Amino acid sequence: MATIRPRVKAPRKAAPGDVVEIKTLINHGMESGQRKDKDGNPIPRQIINKFVAEFNGTEFFSVDLAPAISANPYLSFYAKVQESGEFTFRWHDDDGSVYEDSKSIEVA
Amino acid sequence: MQGPHETDGFSRRTVLFSIGGGAAVMTGMTLFPALAIADEGAVNDAIKSMVGEVPAEGGVSLDLPEIAENGNTVPLSFEIDAPMGDDVHVTDVMILADGNPSPDVAVFHFTPMSGKAAGSTRLRLAGTQNVIAVAQLSDGSAMMGKKQVKVTIGGCGG
Repeated sequence: MATIRPRVKAPRKAAPGDVVEIKTLINHGMESGQRKDKDGNPIPRQIINKFVAEFNGTEFFSVDLAPAISANPYLSFYAKVQESGEFTFRWHDDDGSVYEDSKSIEVA
Repeated sequence: MQGPHETDGFSRRTVLFSIGGGAAVMTGMTLFPALAIADEGAVNDAIKSMVGEVPAEGGVSLDLPEIAENGNTVPLSFEIDAPMGDDVHVTDVMILADGNPSPDVAVFHFTPMSGKAAGSTRLRLAGTQNVIAVAQLSDGSAMMGKKQVKVTIGGCGG
């Protein structure tokens, strides 16, 4: 499998109290567990099952994902920022791997 | 597709507006006879396990294409018409698809720091069916939105 690389788009600057939009994408096959290989054997499920977003260490948003989410899962959501700090994003794989990315934002 | 519904004694509206209605079930059966698909019971059970009772429709704006050419990646976005204050805010939004092998799509969890109970993603749809969004608020109330998507090519591999 290609190297799994998360990508996040978030504003670098905002005013206190602003609600900013964050867009995330990660390349992942999201194998649903419904498909069969050419010999008719089921292909085991392997998906990103959880996404968590934190700001300065506090979790403010998360998503539980099911196999019905498309390959290369895309998620967009919002955050209300009052102070400068760092966003941390984590994607949890069925195989136990955790992929992480972070973005800092300047709030003034 | 109208004929069979009329003979069942349901109006088209009744069928479309009942959760996991016969319309979606029959369409799914026609297009994907080999797939076990989620039925009305599974969708209602999922909603009840989250919010207790199936809420009336309203308060949820659900944006999906009316016709999706490719069921492998159908864009969805939603916004809940509710304040995100410290006292009352949206805590969870569950997305369900009543014609997929399993109705679960995703559950979004919000906090007042989310600022806005809105989000978007892309989902797989096995065939023409209803997509349902159920929102749970911190004061115990619930909201629901539903939209039918016609799918030309299903997205479940198979």
